[in-house]
Parts: sequence; C-alpha cells; structure tokens
Amino acid sequence: MYKYDQYDQAIVDARVDEFRDQVRRRMAGEMTEDQFKPLRLMNGLYLQLHAYMLRVAIPYGTLDSRQMHMLAHIARKYDRDYGHFTTRQNIQYNWIKLEDAGDILADLATVEMHAIQTSGNCIRNISSDQYAGAAADEVTDPRPWAELLRQWSTFHPEFSYLPRKFKIAVIASDEDRAAMRLHDIGIQLVEREGKLGAAFYVGGGMGRTPMIAPLIKDFVPIEDFLSYSEACLRVYNRYGRRDNIYKARIKILVHEIGADEYRRQVEEEFAHVKTLGIDPPVAELERITAFFAPPAFEAGITDSVDRSDPDFAVWLDQNVKAHKQAGYAIVNISLKKTGDIPGDASSAQIDVMADIAKDYSFDELRVTHAQNIVLPHVAKRDLYAVWQKLVEADLAAANLDLISDIIACPGLDYCSLANARSIPVAQKIAKRFADPARQRDLGELKLKISGCINACGHHHAGHIGILGVDKKGTENYQLSLGGSGAEDTSIGKITGPGFDEDGIVDAVERVTDKYIQLREGDERFLDTYRRVGFDPFKEAIYG
Amino acid sequence: MKLLTGNDLASGAVTWWTGSGWSLHVEDAADVGDQGDSILATEEAARRVNAPYIIDAVATPQGPRPAHIKDRVRALGPTVRLDLTLKPADPAAGNWVI
Amino acid sequence: MGNLRFRDDAALDQPAVALSAFLDQSNATAVRLEPGEDARLLIPHLDRIALIEVAFPKFRDGRGYSAARILREAGYAGELRAQGDVLVDQIREMRRCGFDSFVPDKPLDAAVVKTTLERYDNVYQRAADAAVPVWKLRHG
Repeated sequence: MYKYDQYDQAIVDARVDEFRDQVRRRMAGEMTEDQFKPLRLMNGLYLQLHAYMLRVAIPYGTLDSRQMHMLAHIARKYDRDYGHFTTRQNIQYNWIKLEDAGDILADLATVEMHAIQTSGNCIRNISSDQYAGAAADEVTDPRPWAELLRQWSTFHPEFSYLPRKFKIAVIASDEDRAAMRLHDIGIQLVEREGKLGAAFYVGGGMGRTPMIAPLIKDFVPIEDFLSYSEACLRVYNRYGRRDNIYKARIKILVHEIGADEYRRQVEEEFAHVKTLGIDPPVAELERITAFFAPPAFEAGITDSVDRSDPDFAVWLDQNVKAHKQAGYAIVNISLKKTGDIPGDASSAQIDVMADIAKDYSFDELRVTHAQNIVLPHVAKRDLYAVWQKLVEADLAAANLDLISDIIACPGLDYCSLANARSIPVAQKIAKRFADPARQRDLGELKLKISGCINACGHHHAGHIGILGVDKKGTENYQLSLGGSGAEDTSIGKITGPGFDEDGIVDAVERVTDKYIQLREGDERFLDTYRRVGFDPFKEAIYG
Repeated sequence: MKLLTGNDLASGAVTWWTGSGWSLHVEDAADVGDQGDSILATEEAARRVNAPYIIDAVATPQGPRPAHIKDRVRALGPTVRLDLTLKPADPAAGNWVI
Repeated sequence: MGNLRFRDDAALDQPAVALSAFLDQSNATAVRLEPGEDARLLIPHLDRIALIEVAFPKFRDGRGYSAARILREAGYAGELRAQGDVLVDQIREMRRCGFDSFVPDKPLDAAVVKTTLERYDNVYQRAADAAVPVWKLRHG
C-alpha cells in the first residue's frame, strides 16, 4: 500500500488548516452559502436532507486496518455510529456537524486520509479494481497508476472548476470489475510487445444520459500517461458545455463533436502538453510501484479447504474468489444481509473488518463499487476462521452478485437530490427473494437502484435496474433490463410505465420468473435476456 | 399554508420557523403567509439558518404537514432508520411520510 | 483590498479591448478574453501585448484557468489579469495557472489572501508557475 512521505503529509495537513479556515469564515459570515458551497463540496461536505454529509476518500478503494479503525472512530465520535460505503469506493457519514468538520479532517490526516475532491466539479476519487494485486488476470497492479493520477489530480490548478464532476477508473484486466467504460475516463492498462501502456476510453457515464465511453486511444505509452490525461482534461475544460448543467459532462462533448474529433483535439493538445515536462521521471513511477509490491505470501501452504460445515461451504462458493497466489483466496464481505441498508456498516462492524484484515489479510481491505468490502489476501487455511468471525459480526451473508446483493443509493431517505426512496425498495426485494436457495438458483443477477436520474445507484448498468422518479408528488419506480457494468458494458432499456413500491417488487419477480422459464443451460439472467430479447420480459411484466 | 424551513448553520439540523425562532419540530412551524421572503432574508443574513426556503404545507390536527414528500422526510428523519428520527418510539412513523 | 498585482513593472494605463477588436486593429496592447474565446488566437501577437485580461463572469466557469496556462506556455510574459467573480479561495490556483494580477468584483480580505497564498509549501504537479512538483523534489 502507498505510504505518505513528508510531502504528501504536508499537503494533507495544509488542507486541514485550509478547510478549518474556510469553515471559520463561513461561520463568521465572511462568506455566503453560495460562495462556501463549492469550497465545501470540493472537500466532500454536502448539505443533505437531515444534516451535513461528509464523504471521505478511499483512494482506489484500498485501505489498511489503521485507516479502517479510524473510519469507525469517526462514525462513533462525530456521527451516529455508522457509515455508508459508496459506489465510488468511498465512505460517507450522514450526520456531520459543520463545526466538527475541521476536527474530523485532522483525525483523518493522522492516518493518511482526507476528503479532498470527493465532490465538486473537479477530478474525483480515482476508482479501480477491488481485486487489484490479487487477481490472476491483471497485466499489472493498476493501483500505482491510480495513485499517480491521485497525486496529479490533487489540487490541479487548471482543473478545479471543470464544467462538471470528473470520474476516472483504472483497471488492468480484460474482465472489468470497476465499470470502467461508464466513467468520464476509463483506463485499461495493457501490454504490447512487452511494454506497458494504457487504453483510454473517454466520455462514458450514467446519469441522465447514459453513454458507454468510446475508445479514444488504444495504447498510450506509460511514460505519457499524465500528459495524455492532461490533454484529455484540457480539451474538456475548454470546450465542455457550461450552458446547461445536464449537458456539461464530458460524455456530451464527446458525443456532440464525435469521438474522432475529440481524439483529434486531444492528440493536438497532447503534442503540445508533452513538451511541458509534466510527466514524472521513471524513478517516481518506481517509487510508487514499490509500495504495491505483493505482500510476503507463504509458499507451499495448503490449497485445500475443509468444506464439511455446509453453511461455510455455501459462503465459500459464493463470496470467495480465486487468488493469483496458490494457497490464498479473495474474500468478499457482503454488506447486504437481508434487511440491511446496502453499504451501511456500524462502527463495530467496521472495527471487526479492520481486525480481521490485520490478522488474516496482510492488513489490507478494499471497498468495492458494489458497496461491499474485500479482504484481498486470505490464506485458504484461514478461511474458516475468517468466516466464523464474520458470522459473529453479522457480516457473513453469502450473496455476492446474487439478486439481494443490491447496489442502492441513499435515495430520498437521506439525499437532497433524490426523487424517491431507494433503500426501502432494496429491502423489500431482498426480503421477497430471501430464500438463499432461490437466490442461488437465479444465479448472478445484478440489481441496482437509483433514487433519481443522477444514477448514483448505477441503475443503467443493472441487469435489472430500478429508477425512482417523482410522479405528481408520489414515489414511482421505473424498471429497466439488460444493463451491465462489466466488460460487456451495456445500458439497460426501460420496460414501460413505472410502479409503486410494492408493484416494482412484483415486477422484478415477474422478470425473474420469466427468466427461469426461458433460460437454457447455465445461462445467467443477462445471457437469457440478450438471447431472447426484451419483448418476452415486457410481456411478462405488463401482460 | 406556507412554512419556512432550512438547516442550522453549525449542526446542519433541519429547522422550522416558529414565528419567533427556529424549532427542530415541524409541529411548531408557523404559517408565514406572504412574509416568508423577508423573514428568510433576515434570518439567513444573521446566520440563524442556512439554505432556507419556503414550502407549501397543509394544516392538520397534528400540525402542519409539508406538501412535498422530501420535506416530510426532512421533518421526520430517514424512514429506514426510525431509531434516528425524531419519533424513534413510533414504529409506524414512516407512514406519515408517504 | 481591491486589486492585487504581483508584478514589479508599472501597470498599463490603457483599457483592454475585446478580442475581435484586437484582432481587427493592430495597435492595441491590452486585450480582454471572454470565457468562450480561444486564447490561442493571441499567440501570434504575444510580443506586442502588455496586458491580457481574462474575464470570470462567474467563479464556477473555469475556462480562464486553461486560457492562462496556454498563454504562459506560449511564452507570454506580460500582465495576465483575472477580472470578475474572483474569490479569495481561487487566487492560489489562478497564480499557479499564470495570473499575476487580480481585479475582483468584490474586494478581498488582505489577510486571507496572504494566508491562502502561503499555506501550501508543496504541489503535486507542474503548472505555469515556478513551483517545483514533489516528484521533482523526491528525485532531484
């Protein structure tokens, strides 16, 4: 894992001081809310329905037990004893007091954490593959490149007032576990003739106008990584639309001028930017990469696992994934037990996860965009012990990627932008499909719920997606089918008229029933949908 | 009726204009009639409220009921965590929102 | 504090003309750039310009930051002024992009300006100022 040096620490410490001063000036009336708002947003502080909300950055979703314990501490000391893990691999707290914000940031800074650029029209937290460094299919660990981008984008003077927010994901495998092409810039690290480079996809996103990012450059030599990023951003900052907030994302620019024209402009800008000397030397790349060296895996340890406990075996099959190192496994901790609020964890649970990571996963955890937690490096001989500890903490739901492993935004229960509640719908669906055998029979089924068109719940990318809308003052839910945030990225198609809260649960069940009826062999829901098309499902839903 | 609502600047808590000050409870909210804008301007300038706005509400025997669901959620708290709302002891409190 | 100027030379006593007027007539030495205008159009004329005023009608519109860097990257050494809805918390980024004078709509608190500009000792990236990025400090 990356460790701060004196410079990183000094920058984060200065930020604490700066934000304290901004809060002080706001409280003293030296700034209006209109002036303060972009400043607090650039530090992840929102004013939500019930209080201020603070979003804390977890760069590329990676953290250690000390940092995880700090997240629990923040929840206990300044909030209401819980936090919400988000689809950008961050955590947010719902009950923050403005007057505490400076102290919270100071506490976070003691463990190399911050809330810098977790909101605002700037480059947001860089996201990545939650299995980075553990997955067998990666060409390299993508996190050093994400860290390089983190540093480059932190307080980037030219890109602090972009037309709109800007999200970047970096992955390094053909299997996409980070919804890479649904980002403003999606980067896939690739190897060509033994050299590392990056494929740049630009102009994806969800929101009001979902778009899949087109490939802008198939191979950017790694020594040009930052220059090329800078060129992509500069073209956007200059020409992205500023007349209409709904058309201000880069996807609209790329769509309006076309991928070829955007590429031409970027190439032209890049030819200039490359002369400016903004790419750090190889020594810096090596310095950062060294932090992400594999942990001291034990060689020759057992690869077999005792499956005699049937509950454990179910969890093992569902939540534990193959690791690149023999004798090790990747453990997914689901934060989606039936009835849970997706992504929420109590401070006690956060502490437990931190302790388990310290004892069994080389002190490392990951946050996933599906709002779960990963222990990336667990020895197979320890899996049973880990599972028992998770059971004790109510964290052993064996439903990874099943219908109850729902992504849901906070919705109208918390969010000032929402039109409808998301969490109660997630809870009702999870309850309807509570039978674990039924869920497993349905197989991989990614259900995603957003409480408004901003699509924080990734509904466009759901195999089944649900969008909450305001229909004459009441909550209404639209259903969409066939989305995917994986390497086969697709945008779901809306089925037709929406439903009320109970109606949407019924509609989901009609879809899954139809799937059971139509599926062939071991087809997933998405496979069946793609084979038979939209109409049989529409017919099943509306008759 | 018209209500004036916003958040406390320091704590962020949802507050309602009572006619003479700010309360956490929508039951205490007063009809501001056509005075909303001027009260809002004064109170915001004095930083006794943050991000205030005027809403429509209906008078009921239990007190004012905001016309929009968003403000009813603000008045109560998260319906999925009734323990954190202003009515933690009432298991049916969430129904008021709908 | 009204205007801020971080230059030793005497300020130009000449109004800045609009970009289109500047490009049409050749004797002006001060030009004003609106957010949507292409700073690169000025590059052929930089040697005879003493002042470029970049307009910020709204503080949220960040196009002027790119304009400033482009001008400095092209070698412009004259006065580069940010005018308009310029807030104290933006001065540092603007300085890094190459602005060296400020004419904000609303006066800035001198003490806050000073603290703001002195707060950060380090930067992560190269820009149009002389600040040395930390990767350079790390590796010499």
